[in-house]
Amino acid sequence: MPEPTHALAEQFDDLEQQRQASTIGMWVFLATEVIFFGALITGYTEYRASYYQAWAAASKHLSVVFGAIMTILLLSSSFTMAMAVHFARLGGRKRLALCLLLTILLGAVFVGMKFMEWHDHYQRHEVPGMGFEFPGPNAREAQLFFSFYFAMTGFHALHMIVGIGILAVLTGLALLGRLAPPRHVPVDIAGLYWHFVDIVWIFLFPLLYLVDLHHK
Amino acid sequence: MWNFPLFPQQASTSARSTDALFFFLLGVMLFFAVLIFVLVFIFAIKYRRRDTSYVPPVIVQLVSLEAAWIAIPFGLVIVIFAWGTLLYFEHRSPPPGAIEMYVVGKQWMWKTQHPEGQREINTLHVPVGRPVKLIMTSEDVIHSFFVPAFRVKQDVLPGRYTSLWFQATAAGEYHLFCSQYCGTDHAQMIGTVVAMEDADYQRWLGGGAAEGTMASAGERLFNRLGCATCHLESGQGRGPALGGIYGRGIGLANGRVATADEDYLRESILNPGAKIVGGYPNVMPTYQGQVTEEQLMQLMAYIKSVKP
Amino acid sequence: MSSKTVEPVSETPVNYLNASFGLRSWLLTIDHKRIALLYLVTITLFFFVGGVFALLIRLELLTPRGDLFTAETYNKLFTMHGLIMIFFFLIPAVPAVLGNFLVPLMIGARDLAFPRINLLSYYIYAVGGTFTMYSVVAGGVDTGWTFYTPYSSTYSNTHVTAMVIGIFITGFSSILTGLNFIVTIHKMRAPGLTWFRLPLFLWSIYATSIIMILGTPSVAMALALVAMERLLHIGIFDPRLGGDPLLFQHLFWFYSHPAVYIMILPGMGIVSEIVPCFSRKRIFGYSFVAFSSLAIAVLGFLVWGHHMFVAGQSIYAGIIFSALSFLVAIPSAVKVFNWTATLYKGSVSFATPMLYALGFIGLFTIGGLTGLVLATLGLDIHVHDTYFVIAHFHYIMVGGMVMAYLGGIHFWWPKITGRLYPDSWGRLAAAIIFIGFNLTFFPQFIVGYLGMPRRYHVYPPEFQVLNVFSTAGASILGVGYLLPLLYLFWSLKYGAKSPANPWDATGLEWMAPSPPPTQNFPVTPLVAWEAYEYEKREVPVA
Repeated sequence: MPEPTHALAEQFDDLEQQRQASTIGMWVFLATEVIFFGALITGYTEYRASYYQAWAAASKHLSVVFGAIMTILLLSSSFTMAMAVHFARLGGRKRLALCLLLTILLGAVFVGMKFMEWHDHYQRHEVPGMGFEFPGPNAREAQLFFSFYFAMTGFHALHMIVGIGILAVLTGLALLGRLAPPRHVPVDIAGLYWHFVDIVWIFLFPLLYLVDLHHK
Repeated sequence: MWNFPLFPQQASTSARSTDALFFFLLGVMLFFAVLIFVLVFIFAIKYRRRDTSYVPPVIVQLVSLEAAWIAIPFGLVIVIFAWGTLLYFEHRSPPPGAIEMYVVGKQWMWKTQHPEGQREINTLHVPVGRPVKLIMTSEDVIHSFFVPAFRVKQDVLPGRYTSLWFQATAAGEYHLFCSQYCGTDHAQMIGTVVAMEDADYQRWLGGGAAEGTMASAGERLFNRLGCATCHLESGQGRGPALGGIYGRGIGLANGRVATADEDYLRESILNPGAKIVGGYPNVMPTYQGQVTEEQLMQLMAYIKSVKP
Repeated sequence: MSSKTVEPVSETPVNYLNASFGLRSWLLTIDHKRIALLYLVTITLFFFVGGVFALLIRLELLTPRGDLFTAETYNKLFTMHGLIMIFFFLIPAVPAVLGNFLVPLMIGARDLAFPRINLLSYYIYAVGGTFTMYSVVAGGVDTGWTFYTPYSSTYSNTHVTAMVIGIFITGFSSILTGLNFIVTIHKMRAPGLTWFRLPLFLWSIYATSIIMILGTPSVAMALALVAMERLLHIGIFDPRLGGDPLLFQHLFWFYSHPAVYIMILPGMGIVSEIVPCFSRKRIFGYSFVAFSSLAIAVLGFLVWGHHMFVAGQSIYAGIIFSALSFLVAIPSAVKVFNWTATLYKGSVSFATPMLYALGFIGLFTIGGLTGLVLATLGLDIHVHDTYFVIAHFHYIMVGGMVMAYLGGIHFWWPKITGRLYPDSWGRLAAAIIFIGFNLTFFPQFIVGYLGMPRRYHVYPPEFQVLNVFSTAGASILGVGYLLPLLYLFWSLKYGAKSPANPWDATGLEWMAPSPPPTQNFPVTPLVAWEAYEYEKREVPVA
């Protein structure tokens, strides 16, 4: 059996050790990511508490419908990703590639919509530091809201793009048959990452789009 | 040349209490430092390698010893913590009736103003034996007001007020430093605090300020900016009456209660829509950019002086 | 140790140094030992660049008038001294050099869990360093290493953005290194090597790695926001635009205080290896020393607010941060007591590594105790941002971490290079460094309590004499640091060949040949013994 030994990097003793190491590695990395976004959310929380009304007004400039559609897209992509992990374990080459492609597609549409949204903001002069305009007395605080909006969605989109890149490579490998068990672990790891990026959005969506929903 | 100080002058009430704790802590530090140094020295010399065939005994651990050197330092730091915290409260609680002076920091100078109206730059005259409270803000970056002889220090931030207080105990001239790095000439943002006997201080004040007291300057500003047209004393105007408002709890339009301290008053002048007083419309324009920090402080002094 | 007769070696066995040749075999290596050496070279470079800045600072402070440099130049000097020393020397030094070299060897593994990520993190470090050096060469940065807003985000006209990007990038190197260590220590230990048989160096590296992965992202985000603010003129930290400058301080210190423990914990780990070896005794209270590392890592995350006692945070926040800061003192004290107790009834030799370790214990004790003054709310008001703080943290970082780092380099040098260095020169250098260090930094405690603020390039004349002492000490310290550079270099060519275990130390790394082969161990070792079983070892002939 040349295949399994080839799948084993030389620093490891066996495949199980390798799989566990990779999985723990990704979890540790995700812990890092939690703090990374956590720092942003900390700042967000402080200013939202200080400038609640201004932020509620600014939040109304975001389209809840648009955000909701994006949320559904992303949740669906998590489902297809989970299916990809499932088929990777079973060794279904074509079904694995299909699920990965679907995930990429859903993720790409999400990122595309995000870019459309940003473009709209740009046209409405809602980009901080680039001729920002906001009606009413709270332009300063609204600019802060949009600063956080762009920082949070920007870093999130960056993570999405990285994720799409990883999945694209995996799709290629899957089609070449190089992700057949026991070499399917990269799909597991990429799945963890993808789900994490989804969860971040699950936090961002209410934080940014639904600030003042209950007053509508 | 060898006539240089090793310990700072004690020139305020808090200098004495600070040094008392410092000397206690110095004792603790010396005790432990000497203990460790002596033990390491003795062990290293006494048990230096003489006989290479000597095999040291196996001593894995002694839980009682470990417990002791966890518990004893723990007890000690609790004492230090408690003492230090009490001292901190003392530092942070100006006695009632303290003279309120105002300080504005900017790159790279200190601008001070006395309630009687005198303005100074990089100098602050204070009376001995009377508590003085400084209300401070910055026009640009973060600075820090530091008088070593008084053992007081407080960062001075843009966009909000911070304060400190002291009571000088000896007449003299003392260093005033900016201790928070603030840019190129940070090291030149220094000055002098001149503590004078009360009689001398009164004489110094007697020189008088052309523009009158801070409160009267604030009142003129209040009228010139048109504040008086809405904030009628009767309370019948479009804005709330300001008499006796300082330090009181204010019922806000959103149902919360805010204390009308310096920061609240400041925000209400610069960003009036942020915390509207209940029952009044949100119609006041912002004065952001129209008043300087010093003028804000004069307005503040005036508002504090208005009787209900 | 040099009296062991070296048998005439007919042929040098294949080891990681001579396994392959050429620049490519080094720059693209995935061998943890070679990567450690890449780090060693780069870090040494940064250390001496930062050291030159330090000497220039001390030279300026020789006189109170500020006659050597302009204020602007001086501000850039201390900023770049701080940034380079902290982000490019102190934080990576022990983990990336000694940690990289030793973690797999100490656990009986062939390499780290992710060798390619290890190489990647070296290159990330190099790219971050390049940005930083660009910023230095292009004119420097004058914000102080703390980048306090709104000065850094709005007012400074220097190359802050490039510097901030450099630090941001370097942060990922730190994260990936920490990640690699955590996974490796969890999953790659040789059979029989249970957690409580691990050398204490690994416990401290593990604790350090936790801080690296959980702290670094916070400062990365804070600095990213500063860069955004500078590029777009938005006011996340600028009060004129509604921002809060204290938010930056919170995000910054949430990393930068634990970062102190990134610097000192590995140093403590080194001392925990050296002291038993040169006392020929088991470490006293193994589990207490091990858990104190974790306690420091955990508590270290909860004390960042003690940098902000006079910054304008609430009184109650101050009280909580003060109480927690005192708690960190306990595990640190536990370590010092245990090292001291290890000497008791030992067979103490004074080889070079041991001198550094003993120096570490003394200087760390002073640094730690003076930290109590800073944790005390009422006292911090007076000494905050004065030279007292400078003296305190240099006792921890230079007196502690650099002493331990040099001790570690001298301890494992025979393993790393296969060569022995002249021990008498080593002891001389250790003594010079100890004396120079104390002369440099002890007067700063006094001048700090007198009230001399930090980051002043002109100062009142009554502080001069103490500053002269300090500068004199710094020049001695400079000589002390140059000496090891010279004789260690010398030993590479002329030093006697080292046996596998020149100190007769315990630990798996000493079972591999010196220098080890690329694979470390031909057969994965089976560990059936506790750490530091020195009673079962013969004493090396002195």
